Amino acid sequence: MVYTRFSSLFLALHPFWSAVGYARAEKPVKFVERQVKGLMFDCRMCGQCILSSTGMSCPMNCPKQLRNGPCGGVRANGNCEVEPDMPCVWVKAWEGAQAMRNRQAILDVQKPVDQSLRESSAWLRVTAQAARERENLRSSTA
Amino acid sequence: MTRRPPQIDENPDGVDLPLEPLPGHSSRGRLERVLRRGEFAVTAELNPPDSANAQDVYERAAIFDGWVDGINAVDASGANCHMSSMGICALLTRMGYATIMQIACRDRNRIAIQGDVLGAAAMGVGNIMCLTGDGVQAGDQPGAKPVFDLDCMSLLETVRTMRDEEKFLSGRRLTTPPAVFLGAAINPFAPPFDFRPHRLAKKIAAGAQFVQSQYCYDVPMLKEYMKRVRDMGLDEKCFILVGVGPLASAKTARWIRSNVPGVHIPDAVITRLEGAEKQKEEGKRLCIDIINEVKEIEGVSGIHVMAYRQEEFVAEIVHESGVLKSRKPWKREPGLDDALVAERLDHILHDDPSEKPVEMVRDASATSSE
Ligand code: SF4
Repeated sequence: MVYTRFSSLFLALHPFWSAVGYARAEKPVKFVERQVKGLMFDCRMCGQCILSSTGMSCPMNCPKQLRNGPCGGVRANGNCEVEPDMPCVWVKAWEGAQAMRNRQAILDVQKPVDQSLRESSAWLRVTAQAARERENLRSSTA
Repeated sequence: MTRRPPQIDENPDGVDLPLEPLPGHSSRGRLERVLRRGEFAVTAELNPPDSANAQDVYERAAIFDGWVDGINAVDASGANCHMSSMGICALLTRMGYATIMQIACRDRNRIAIQGDVLGAAAMGVGNIMCLTGDGVQAGDQPGAKPVFDLDCMSLLETVRTMRDEEKFLSGRRLTTPPAVFLGAAINPFAPPFDFRPHRLAKKIAAGAQFVQSQYCYDVPMLKEYMKRVRDMGLDEKCFILVGVGPLASAKTARWIRSNVPGVHIPDAVITRLEGAEKQKEEGKRLCIDIINEVKEIEGVSGIHVMAYRQEEFVAEIVHESGVLKSRKPWKREPGLDDALVAERLDHILHDDPSEKPVEMVRDASATSSE
């Protein structure tokens, strides 16, 4: 999947991010992230991206912002209960997930959205976290 | 104090008090006991009043007396404003009823909800049902701000964490955790159908111990769903109650089909109602027929009767379908002392007796010498 390769590239850039400072990188990266994901997935910048476990269908576009699967109101034609002309985000997500390598991910229970992370870059946070984990791993094996 | 003998699943010290805790039980309520004993359970939905009158709630609950094991207090279902589920539960638990308090994520954020969970458990609510809730567009106040801070899944997990790990979502400790039996809703009749059994698995993983389904009017579809649920072993991890209810007429059926989110009514059902002379009668018959089929499906632990505005038929439907076999669910009965007082009051108010001591003695000796 392009997206997974992309995240390892981001991680490889960790020395660069920490040199620039994650805080300073936040603004330009957020800009790019918003453009890319906005264009491709109609991203809402919730700041805690789970696209990879939702078949690349952004759950924040569900009018109820469900992050754990479809509500009981999905129409017989697969459209949304709230917006009858829009296909249900989760019907799309389920279809999308079938085509993904990590198709089990959609079955994980997702935590509630942390509203304080809204409008921040999920890419940088995930990368910083992965880098931290990698370092912890190194120092524990060393 | 004179007391009547306690009924099964009743605290002898008072109907409104929690039951003895049992090993392996999460709650101290009646519904969990019935289900864990393996009895076929019946729950029903109370039509919430548009009033601030407690009597309205008691009257609506009384028609279920002796027929159901739990009463659902809905949380503005269909996004229509009514008395709150919290208010209904406060009234009913005082009288000893087993309530299933619904919480919808639509109207309150995580701060409000966690507070309500504690309050509810403290009042004696034994069962909490975690729902996402219908969108505000479906109700009488479409201009309302939809909250959906949590979804049903994270709500389940939140309440489970509060109960089992004795802490709030933030990690702050609770001194007494809420002892509640956790429920959720399922809708086997809405797409994406392949996802639905997985979604149940997810709900169980998040903490659901029992589920109530959306109205079932399509038994073959339910059977299909249940087969997959059994294959995944989910019926052993969770009690499944199937939602049923009488349709008043073909016209209502059509209206529900196009206006209530998530209700699937096949054409055959509408044709059957249309062809009947007395549609209301036929609607009831159809409901009983569905129950009779549903109760035979392996993995189904009970039914949830939603007889909106036809609540008076619940007793009849439950009776005629014979799902209770010879079992009698808890019934609100006055204690012997209350019964004595009531009898005496009745006598004083209606028989117009003389209360003069001399005459009372004369009357008493007259009746005793008879
Ligand atoms: S139908 Fe789908 S998109 Fe619409 S509110 Fe329900 S889950 Fe969200």
